[in-house]
Amino acid sequence: MATEILMPALSPTMEEGTLAKWLVKEGDTVSSGDILAEIETDKATMEFEAVDEGVIGKILIPEGTEGVKVNTAIAVLLAEGESADDVAAAAPAAKEAPTAEAPAAPAPAVAAAAPQEAPKVDETPDWPEGTALKQQTVREALRDAMAEEMRRTDEVYLMGEEVAEYQGAYKISQGLLDEFGSKRVIDTPITEHGFAGIAVGSAFGGLMPIVEFMTFNFAMQAIDQIINSAAKTLYMSGGQMGCPIVFRGPNGAAARVGAQHSQDYAAWYMQIPGLKVAMPYSASDAKGLLKSAIRDPNPVIFLENEILYGRSFDVPDLDDYTVPFGKARIWREGSDVTIVSFGIGMTYALEAAEKLAEDGISAEVIDLRTLRPMDLPTVIKSVMKTNRLVTVEEGWPQGSVGSYIASEVMQQAFDYLDAPVVTCTGKDVPMPYAANLEKHALVTTDEVIAAVKQVTYR
Amino acid sequence: MAARKTTKKPNVSAEELTSHYREMLLIRRFEEKAGQLYGMGLIGGFCHLYIGQEAVVVGLEAAAEEGDKRITSYRDHGHMLACGMDPDGVMAELTGREGGYSKGKGGSMHMFSKEKHFYGGHGIVGAQVPLGAGLAFADKYKGNGRVTFAYFGDGAANQGQIYETFNMAALWQLPVIFVIENNQYAMGTAQARSTSTPELFTRGEAFGIPGEAVDGMNVLTVKDAGERAVAHCRAGKGPYILEVKTYRYRGHSMSDPAKYRTREEVQKMRSERDPIEQVREMLLTGKHASEDDLKAIDKEIKDIVNKSADFSKESPEPHLDELWTDIYAETIPQHSA
Ligand SMILES: Cc1ncc(C[n+]2csc(CCOP(=O)(O)OP(=O)(O)O)c2C)c(N)n1
Ligand SMILES: [Mg+2]
Repeated sequence: MATEILMPALSPTMEEGTLAKWLVKEGDTVSSGDILAEIETDKATMEFEAVDEGVIGKILIPEGTEGVKVNTAIAVLLAEGESADDVAAAAPAAKEAPTAEAPAAPAPAVAAAAPQEAPKVDETPDWPEGTALKQQTVREALRDAMAEEMRRTDEVYLMGEEVAEYQGAYKISQGLLDEFGSKRVIDTPITEHGFAGIAVGSAFGGLMPIVEFMTFNFAMQAIDQIINSAAKTLYMSGGQMGCPIVFRGPNGAAARVGAQHSQDYAAWYMQIPGLKVAMPYSASDAKGLLKSAIRDPNPVIFLENEILYGRSFDVPDLDDYTVPFGKARIWREGSDVTIVSFGIGMTYALEAAEKLAEDGISAEVIDLRTLRPMDLPTVIKSVMKTNRLVTVEEGWPQGSVGSYIASEVMQQAFDYLDAPVVTCTGKDVPMPYAANLEKHALVTTDEVIAAVKQVTYR
Repeated sequence: MAARKTTKKPNVSAEELTSHYREMLLIRRFEEKAGQLYGMGLIGGFCHLYIGQEAVVVGLEAAAEEGDKRITSYRDHGHMLACGMDPDGVMAELTGREGGYSKGKGGSMHMFSKEKHFYGGHGIVGAQVPLGAGLAFADKYKGNGRVTFAYFGDGAANQGQIYETFNMAALWQLPVIFVIENNQYAMGTAQARSTSTPELFTRGEAFGIPGEAVDGMNVLTVKDAGERAVAHCRAGKGPYILEVKTYRYRGHSMSDPAKYRTREEVQKMRSERDPIEQVREMLLTGKHASEDDLKAIDKEIKDIVNKSADFSKESPEPHLDELWTDIYAETIPQHSA
């Protein structure tokens, strides 16, 4: 049967080209690999080869024609025994691939005219009433979470700089080498990009690695493997290949360690589809979320904080305590203003709420706990009650977590806001070393209080 | 390309020996003082002392010429003093004061001096190595005959970007000396636990970069090796690797419990190989100096260090407006010099 020879696309962006020259004429016999024509694009002149064999029955587009659209028939190739006269009858219209119905993107929840129904939120308490509690530091809670998960399955292993013999640069992995041995608690050289890649590969290969970065500042060496390899492979493989891995370590400012060692990466990682991001404040959340993170079939960025490591909190004394991702925790109920924070930002939020209470301002304080997924319904429900919102974080203002929350609340609950949302963030500067400057570079409790007074017009 | 043993005793003048002694002692005493100020809470954050490694920078600086460049990691106080930066300005940066080299904004790990061609002070392990090759690239581009000393540790020697740099430095024949300060530990990791091949000076072989191992506790052998490396670079033959075997006496930083090595190991190094003691011996046995001469130098150094400590306490904290300066430049600072 006669086949059409179509104008080829010679680059991913080519839409049309010039048929510069025919190197065959009607009646010529061609076989695959023979050069048929020269085609010019805006970038280059390329030779166009035959794929099938046969006889050139008819040239449909003469040489020298410009603006020939990709996929237009430029000639007809005859099979043995066919004549050029059959051509007109043949030449079926080029078949197009069936197009899938474009699915609607999840519709943005546009603010319907108020009154609007409060979003449904999961209000089950983190642990059942009457559960025995014990005091634990965040450091101990993190270690217990890893140890419990490593006991649960030997697919879980820990890798990083100084995690084994040194017991962790910040002593999070204390005792793990003794209990699990050097096969599962592995000291690496200082080669973040390399070992992050090896860990991701091992997750593709069926393991469940926990990668400790000595601090998240050094994860920048490895960010390509985190984002291009860990976060995207599930999607690129059409769901065949997941990457169950946890990247964890201290994030954000410690104390006086200067610009290269003091960065909050919450907003950076929160942007990446395919990653999950947790940033716990309390010890119970550190434990429950880390256990969930290790079990999660996806890559999880787990942002800890050096200053919080030594703080103690109540932790439920349960055999298997987990906290789900995407469920915020209300630390303090209030009616005048909603303060949303996460990680170490909670320190300022809670301190501010305490002081505001003395001034008769009742603040509701929400700890997001995970940033991706983010429990916006809990925030919105609270804003529908208080009508005012302040966000608190240590990261920089431009493209901050707070600015995302503000935009979502504006889109989803505009009619409930009685004042513009105020985002409290770190200052828009690299972290200085000098003690006095560093104090000013960070977000402060006083700034949170001032922000609350601003939105409550006091 | 193999390790070159330097057995011959280099000829050295009394003057030269005395100056090595003075410079190494300055670093030692300065670092001891910094440790003390850290303990008093006047210095914060990370502070990595150079005690034990003094012969490396003093030997190599003796091989450098005016205009040559240097760049290193966070363990940088020794490099700054050796290239002639003012102890007052360094100490005041450690205390985070206005009079510090970075106006108090950089701290121990991040200091710079354009005047002395000291390009930092970098906190990210390994990152200074391509930067050093970049400085050499600029020098080669300008054809000014300068060389760059790019210092890094045994731990850093495993970072991937170093091998990318080796390849380009060799490909483009950049005048850069890669100085591996092998002090045997990267934090708590002994070198053997992190490297598949311990001979770091051979790491350039695959790229055709010559390398040699050097006794880094002996300032004269360091200088000698430095001169060979400098001559190689200045002759336009491309990069050179020096693996300088040294030892740090103190912890990795001020918060290191140092459980990864024995006290005896440190003590043995101190008593048998100390770089300052070695020169002191040479000065005394060669009758280049008397005990009294050396005492006078000790006193002179002590005064310099005490003065820097005083300065670092008296210099005021930076003005709060400094928080908002130096984030963007109006002109290219490197061009305005
Ligand atoms: C990319 C990166 N990873 C980890 C660290 C944390 N860290 C700081 S110093 C250090 C050890 C480096 O050892 P070495 O290169 O031998 O230099 P030394 O401290 O012995 O001078 C580590 C792991 C860092 N600063 N940067
Ligand atoms: Mg080292």
